[in-house]
Amino acid sequence: METTKKNSVDRRLFMKTSLLASGGILFGFNLLEALNPKALVPTTVEDLNFHEFNAYIKIAENGKVTLFSPNPEIGQGVKTSMPMIVAEELDVAWEDVTVVQAKLDTENFKRQVAGGSQSIRKGWKPLRQTGATARQMLLEAAALKWKVSSVSLSTKEGFVFHENGSKLGYGELVEAASKLEIPSNVTLKNPEEFSIIGQGKRNVDVYKITKGESLFGLDYKVEGMLYAAVLRPPAFGQKLKSFDATQAKKLSGVVNVFQFEDNIAVIANNTWAAFSAKKLIVAEWSSDASIDGTLELNSKMETIIENDKLKSLKKKGDVKVALNSSDKVLEASYDSSFLPHNCMEPMNFYANVTPEKIELAGSIQTPQNSVNSVAKKLGRDISEIDLKLTRIGGGFGRRLTGDFVVDAAVISDIAKKPIKLVYTREDDMTGGIYKPAVKYKFKAALKKNDLIGYELKEAAVNRGMGRHHAQNFPFGAVPNLNIASGLVQSEITIGWWRAPVSNFLAFAEQSFLDEVAISLKKDPIEYRLEMLANVKGKVNYSASRMIAVIEKVRKDSKWGSSVEGTFKGFSAYYSHQSYVAEVVEIEMKDGLPVIKKVYCAVDCGVVVNPMGADNQVVGGIIDGVGHAMYGDFEFENGKPTSSNYDKYRLIRMNETPQVFCTFVKSDEDPTGLGEPTLPPVSGAIGNAIAAATGKRIRKLPFVKNWELNV
Amino acid sequence: MKKFQLKINGKTYKVKVDETTPLLWVLRDELGLVGTKFGCGIGQCGACTVHFNGSATRSCLLPVSAVVGSEITTIEGLSENNDHPVQKAWQELDVPQCGYCQAGQIMTASAFIEENQNPSREEVRDAMHGNICRCAAYNRIENAVVLAAKEKQSNS
Repeated sequence: METTKKNSVDRRLFMKTSLLASGGILFGFNLLEALNPKALVPTTVEDLNFHEFNAYIKIAENGKVTLFSPNPEIGQGVKTSMPMIVAEELDVAWEDVTVVQAKLDTENFKRQVAGGSQSIRKGWKPLRQTGATARQMLLEAAALKWKVSSVSLSTKEGFVFHENGSKLGYGELVEAASKLEIPSNVTLKNPEEFSIIGQGKRNVDVYKITKGESLFGLDYKVEGMLYAAVLRPPAFGQKLKSFDATQAKKLSGVVNVFQFEDNIAVIANNTWAAFSAKKLIVAEWSSDASIDGTLELNSKMETIIENDKLKSLKKKGDVKVALNSSDKVLEASYDSSFLPHNCMEPMNFYANVTPEKIELAGSIQTPQNSVNSVAKKLGRDISEIDLKLTRIGGGFGRRLTGDFVVDAAVISDIAKKPIKLVYTREDDMTGGIYKPAVKYKFKAALKKNDLIGYELKEAAVNRGMGRHHAQNFPFGAVPNLNIASGLVQSEITIGWWRAPVSNFLAFAEQSFLDEVAISLKKDPIEYRLEMLANVKGKVNYSASRMIAVIEKVRKDSKWGSSVEGTFKGFSAYYSHQSYVAEVVEIEMKDGLPVIKKVYCAVDCGVVVNPMGADNQVVGGIIDGVGHAMYGDFEFENGKPTSSNYDKYRLIRMNETPQVFCTFVKSDEDPTGLGEPTLPPVSGAIGNAIAAATGKRIRKLPFVKNWELNV
Repeated sequence: MKKFQLKINGKTYKVKVDETTPLLWVLRDELGLVGTKFGCGIGQCGACTVHFNGSATRSCLLPVSAVVGSEITTIEGLSENNDHPVQKAWQELDVPQCGYCQAGQIMTASAFIEENQNPSREEVRDAMHGNICRCAAYNRIENAVVLAAKEKQSNS
């Protein structure tokens, strides 16, 4: 092991120790600030008190360890993988660790989020330092007891060992350790010493899940709590003119019906009464005649691209000159629709607003922002608000927007009761937050068997790509390039959807590059490797890491070999700082593609928990397959045309490919994993369909009304 | 409001609810058996699956009045010690991601392997297609059903 300056402990992270009355020691650390490198916290260790810590390591006198995990768990596995990192450096047996979900600390911390595939990426160093610091203090405590230098001591699985063979358990050392100074330099393990990181560990909640224990927001219940359902305007942008709740109020179990903003809330003794009463409300809404739907928004997007009402995000060389001097110009337009998230757990939240305080509890990816929004909405101080996090039945970006948390608080405030707001599936699918509809128009300038110019124009509803998207590949690989983007405004509320922008930018780009390769009469993988080998100048991705995953998937998928009746498509994409290459294998049946197999190679640096990581990457791919094949969501006059799973199609098991995924071995720091395998797969499917049929599908979903969406 | 006597997980429960109330909401709101999940309310997603006299049934569409005199099993009552072959297979293969749909998946799978002792993969894929997993843990669910069927066979 080596101690380096590089591993010096950031004082903001740490740390205070305290003996527990119940026996044992508590190490408090400031994880959220550690995850937020821009935060300025001018505190000294001495000034900190326990109220300012949000994550703890608790070691009992019997040596059992409890780790408090602060980040929301949405199925991405951080409740398992983040504590694994601490346990590794603390050097305890994973079997002795219990993980507990920490609640939100709204006073001191800026970021407590499950989003952007960032938990492990940003937590890697601070979590390791945290575990290593606690370990170092236990080691020092043993050295004092034995009156030897700590250099001669070692640790393993919760014990400190002396060279002479004697040992002391961490539990026996906690009292002495709590009196020590916190070290400013600690030793981190070398990756080859890891015994927990890199080993597959089960989801810490798996036994509770198979037993059906109360875990999720929807399961959260408090004595005396009432249930609320909300009737919203059918179309985005519509206003409530009047309503009649006479019949609704007569229903047994209904406590109250009232208006808030342009919505109507029903309060009842149980969920069923609330849902049933909602259907009995007769509401009159303002006219929706002038509100845009999918058709109108599509034509507005066409227009801003045609009229070039776009802002350039990235330029290199002169793409116009390249287009004018080329032998051939390839042009294509790609589209994808709005998409709802469809978390299996419909939106819901508990709120109890009283004059003294506000209690909130439930499933939210952004507890901090939601508390801020509630405070602002109700004119309250955030110090009066307490938020408990539950396990979350799916996020996918939907629960980054806390609109339903605010609604729950407003309803509780008006009703003066503790309430649980529950969405029906229809509320969930029609009540907003969608992936924005988007259109991409490409031009490629081809000259002498090469791509010399690349132009991409994007038009999106409400939110489009950012500069970092424009700086990704093929930037660096084409001498002349222009990426430009423009927005069309709509009342339809959009938000983040798993791998935002990347999700369907990858579809368009990876399909178009396949068109370019075909036009140049080159094998798509050979051509990509050729492009990557010629990347020039400063880029934000590593061409060599991308090449490695492409080589890997080429080999795993036996690219180039052919089996009669099966067709392959290739795609590779960089997002959330991870490198992913995929090959999809399809068969055509009755004119429709059947996705049989997906091969995938990933470089996400160190894989913390291979068991969880495999679940993430396979899930991401099948999620991507499902939405590319069937995901179709339209609006007429601002109103969604589907509202439940009878009309909105999600992928099911009998439509699911077998996924074969491998991780490229790496000692690089870990990068994102919950999102990066989703973006490439739609392009790979489109490319396989083109190989099978000669037809290029440029609009998602691939299957519409049970036919190929040509 | 009407009184009903229900037999759930081998125990007798008395509830007073509106007779149109689906079993799902009686379980969740009245009896505190929240393992059974609400997903869509129209029988399309399978999150609310329970056993109704041994058959996998959507509890969101099943009025409480229709289950009187029948045996209902929910995830909480599938086994005494969380060790039904399906539960064990789910744990062994670490199936869940978010975990929300899994009670429904497990109830469908456990009823299915009672009926089909030696299912092919195609039969598994077909039998499970009524249960949506939005995290798309389908490969692991499929493998777990196959594993559970084998385990059950070797036990019998």
